[in-house]
Amino acid sequence: MLKILKYSFFDLMRSRWSYVYFLFYLLLGIVLLFLNNDLSKAVITLMNVIIILVPLIGTIFGVMYYYNSKEFTELLLAQPVKRSSIFLGQYLGVALSLSMSLIIGLGLPFVFYGIFNSGAIWDFSLLLVTGAFLTLIFTALAFVIALANENKIKGFGYAILLWLFMAVIYDGIFLMSLVYFEEYPLDTFSLVATMLNPVDLSRVLILLKLDISALLGYTGAVFQKFFGTNFGFILSSLLLVIWVAVPTFFIQHMAKRKDF
Amino acid sequence: MKKRILYTVLFFCCTVVVTFAQKTIEVCASCETTTLTKAVETAQPFDTIKVKKGTYAEYNIGITKPLTIIGEGNPVIDGQNKGEIITIESDNVTVKGFTVVNVGTSYTTDFAAIRVVNSKNFVIENNTLKRLFFGIYLQKSNHGKVLNNTIQGDAVNEYNSGNGIQLWYCNHVEVAGNTVKNVRDGIYLEFSDQIEIHNNKSTDNLRYGLHFMFSNHDTYTNNLFENNGAGVAVMFSKFIKMYNNVFRKNWGTASFGLLLKEINDSEIEGNLFEENTVGINIEGSNRIEYKHNDFKSNGWAIKVRGACYANTFTKNNFLYNSFDVSYNSKINDNLFDKNYWSNYTGYDLDKNGIGDVPYRPVKLFSYIVNRTPETIILLRSLFIDIIDFSEKVSPVFTPDNLMDNHPLLKPTDHDRNR
Repeated sequence: MLKILKYSFFDLMRSRWSYVYFLFYLLLGIVLLFLNNDLSKAVITLMNVIIILVPLIGTIFGVMYYYNSKEFTELLLAQPVKRSSIFLGQYLGVALSLSMSLIIGLGLPFVFYGIFNSGAIWDFSLLLVTGAFLTLIFTALAFVIALANENKIKGFGYAILLWLFMAVIYDGIFLMSLVYFEEYPLDTFSLVATMLNPVDLSRVLILLKLDISALLGYTGAVFQKFFGTNFGFILSSLLLVIWVAVPTFFIQHMAKRKDF
Repeated sequence: MKKRILYTVLFFCCTVVVTFAQKTIEVCASCETTTLTKAVETAQPFDTIKVKKGTYAEYNIGITKPLTIIGEGNPVIDGQNKGEIITIESDNVTVKGFTVVNVGTSYTTDFAAIRVVNSKNFVIENNTLKRLFFGIYLQKSNHGKVLNNTIQGDAVNEYNSGNGIQLWYCNHVEVAGNTVKNVRDGIYLEFSDQIEIHNNKSTDNLRYGLHFMFSNHDTYTNNLFENNGAGVAVMFSKFIKMYNNVFRKNWGTASFGLLLKEINDSEIEGNLFEENTVGINIEGSNRIEYKHNDFKSNGWAIKVRGACYANTFTKNNFLYNSFDVSYNSKINDNLFDKNYWSNYTGYDLDKNGIGDVPYRPVKLFSYIVNRTPETIILLRSLFIDIIDFSEKVSPVFTPDNLMDNHPLLKPTDHDRNR
């Protein structure tokens, strides 16, 4: 599996798209710091970018890579290699190279700007960690979708729909239900609803670390109390891990049964 | 002519006699009088008491005759937490240049470092108060001055701490140049009219920097309110003028820059609201003019809670606030005109400096949050941006006449030296 991972990883590292992705983040980081001169504000803007773009690129890239390397995969399948290691290797190759582009691309400008001497270092590392998690989660989901659909167009369609659901529609339903049930106590409900969607969870985790959390008022205090405890922290990390583990399990499961 | 000269001479003589009749009593460790209490007892009206450098362990010093009491070299009066320290119950008393420490805390009596009762023409100047319960407490006293004092409290809880400067049933008092820190309310006014408050600094207080209750016709200008529970709270008052103050960093889940409740006919002009959770929170306030204020980087610049009519907002700058204006009803009777909004995205084809498209300061999200506070957890979600945009294009929920018909394209340049 490691060999395939290594191959996929270096294959991607050599590809133009990784560079584009890397350069995009590098540029974004530099521009933000240049225009803002304020680390914590830059972190807020980055958060907006990360919770929207990272899942989108993770899904699209994952689906694209799977369909593009299909012939090579079929070639590999003819060899005496375990099926699960082929697909897991490919998945990890894509996910890790994407996370690396993200972390190095954003990290470099901030390191040169002097993030290590600033109080924002923890906010920033949280941002990168959630970004990496989102990449892992959405690439895995993309692989599951691609494995389930032979038809490229269908696969892409579902992938985009998945992103749309997580990033936009979910919040819409969430908002509607909050407004609809406004007469009931909603703290626990909103807490659970937030934790179930990795995009929302990352957004709230980052928001709570920033000054802007004072805007959240009473609801924010409830969230702060929950995520401030060890239990809340462990639970939210656990949920992110589950979000990675479950699709990965599906990749393995589907890879074993699929006819090529 | 002769008569006039005679009068002049007579007047001069009288003045000299009176001046000479005024004695000066000195208080120090090695002097004849070693305590302030003793000096006050022996002094005749209109005498001057000079207290030299040193520490005097005294409390319940009652001043019942007109005296001028001056501390030289910052003498310390230590109340040893036993109760009130200086109580003034006479007209024409001046207390200057002391450091007063260790006022007793009580749950039944409001002990103060310096209390003025039923007096006129008092001056309290250049004193430093530390470790206190109440600082300067003026009750039913008129025509006095509280100038350049420093009050440094160590309040932790609201229920067992007092206010820095408290005015109760007072008229025509000037409160200027004071620094109040870390008490419950920095400056508190109750039933006090015609008070001038200027150039004070009120910071790090538990509750309010400045607090009005049932007080009318007061003016406060050029003050700084920073890092308080709420900068200024004006409640149940009328005709208050608020000019050129700075409200900064009143930041927390329940913090405000300026809290208005049941205020009518007031003017708010030339103030700066910066980095407050809520710049101005308005409730039941009518006929207030907001002019030439700057709202910068606040969570909410203006939060209108309801029952607010005939207020006008003109020539203000709204810069980089998360929400510019929040409303909780569909009815609007307030006027927004010729303000600058940093979130404005319109254009100006005729180049007259006024945007051609009206600006709607209320976002749909702020309306939803007002209705269901829990929804705030969706702050900065992509979905929220989308619905805000669609509401902006065609308003359904927000008051459709709530808009600035003449949004400025450039920030108004306020002349702060007006």
